Amino acid sequence: MLRNVSLQVPAGSTLAVLGRNGAGKSTLLRILATLLRPHAGEVLVFGEALPRRGFAVRGRLGLLAHDPLLYRDLSGRENLSYHARLHGVAPDRIEQLLDAVGMRERADEPVRLLSRGLVQRLAVCRTVLHAPSLLLLDEPLANLDPAATELVGPLIGRRSGATRVLTSHDPQAALAEADVVLGLEDGRTAFVTTPDKVDAAAVKRLYA
Amino acid sequence: MRTVMTVLRKDLLLELRGFETLPAMILFAIVTFVIFHFGLNRDTIDGQLAAGVLTVTLLFAAMLGINRLFVAEREQGGFDAFLLAPVDRSALLVAKATALFLFLVVLEVIAVPAFGLLLLGPSLGHALPGLIAVLALGDVALAVIGTLVSAIAVQTRARDLIGPIIGLPLLLPALIGMARGAGPLLAAHGSSSPPGRWVAILALYDVVFALLSYAVFDFLLED
Repeated sequence: MLRNVSLQVPAGSTLAVLGRNGAGKSTLLRILATLLRPHAGEVLVFGEALPRRGFAVRGRLGLLAHDPLLYRDLSGRENLSYHARLHGVAPDRIEQLLDAVGMRERADEPVRLLSRGLVQRLAVCRTVLHAPSLLLLDEPLANLDPAATELVGPLIGRRSGATRVLTSHDPQAALAEADVVLGLEDGRTAFVTTPDKVDAAAVKRLYA
Repeated sequence: MRTVMTVLRKDLLLELRGFETLPAMILFAIVTFVIFHFGLNRDTIDGQLAAGVLTVTLLFAAMLGINRLFVAEREQGGFDAFLLAPVDRSALLVAKATALFLFLVVLEVIAVPAFGLLLLGPSLGHALPGLIAVLALGDVALAVIGTLVSAIAVQTRARDLIGPIIGLPLLLPALIGMARGAGPLLAAHGSSSPPGRWVAILALYDVVFALLSYAVFDFLLED
């Protein structure tokens, strides 16, 4: 449950959300992704009020969650083809992304046979398939080795140019990426600040 | 329409890869006919009894398919993936109902001849066109109501129980319509066309529940 979380994220910037397990980080992302309906308060994404105007924003955001949202019995290419059709994306974009994450050679294997790292690469492809303006990234580098992290950087990193909301269990890595930092504790705002003004003691309390 | 075809194509591909739902439905139907053969202690049956055995067997076989309809969406994030797309959410209802309808058609292509061989006294020949019409209308009801019930059940913890508990009462009128429509067709020296009244009732039931399902389905998907 989230209470009294209030902030604005300018276009093109990155919001890092810090907090321990159960703090409400994933809940926040799911509300922004229009997957959860807030009971109170106002949520505006691209100026559109959620959930009433959810249909107006869905095509412009991409969610990379703990669940890769891929069907295990389908291949990577088949999964991306399915998502591409849902989003009205041309097929050549799939090949472009598979090349970008180094997955072209294994794209026809069922997802259930792939390692978690390779599945995460495919999940990144799925997330950015339709070139979203807003990226909601729940621990995006989980299961990725350094080489894969480098490959996905242009797609979901600062270089992507998208507005990003990302969560991470690594505060230092998150702070390095962020323009704005939100600390959550038991569903409430612990602090909202910029990375240069983050109080180390406050961050430590979040994870205590 | 594009969204419906996309989801339908994905579901048919998943079934071809996994081959779990259809074989279970077909095997269940054939085993049930064998059980009835021994349980009724009769070599052959006809008329209303035959129609009852056939439709009840198809109904329970359909429940197997209904229980599995949204499992992949629930367990592999398919709901979230679909809800994140800028598409009409009712397309999921249409696609799933169409998939279930196709599964039922395949089931009946195998189960009805098996029924004819294992249990039915009169020949199916003259009754087949009428029987196909009755079963097709019944399948629409099974598909639409089954999809609605499956979408409700998959969001609950007791999903394997909720499906039959909610679905069977809702499907009872369709079952009655199918059985009463098929009874005269399966009688010795029976009619070659089904009773118009029961065909009309089935068709009306299909329309009512199709509209109702279309109206409420969007709300079922929301968290």
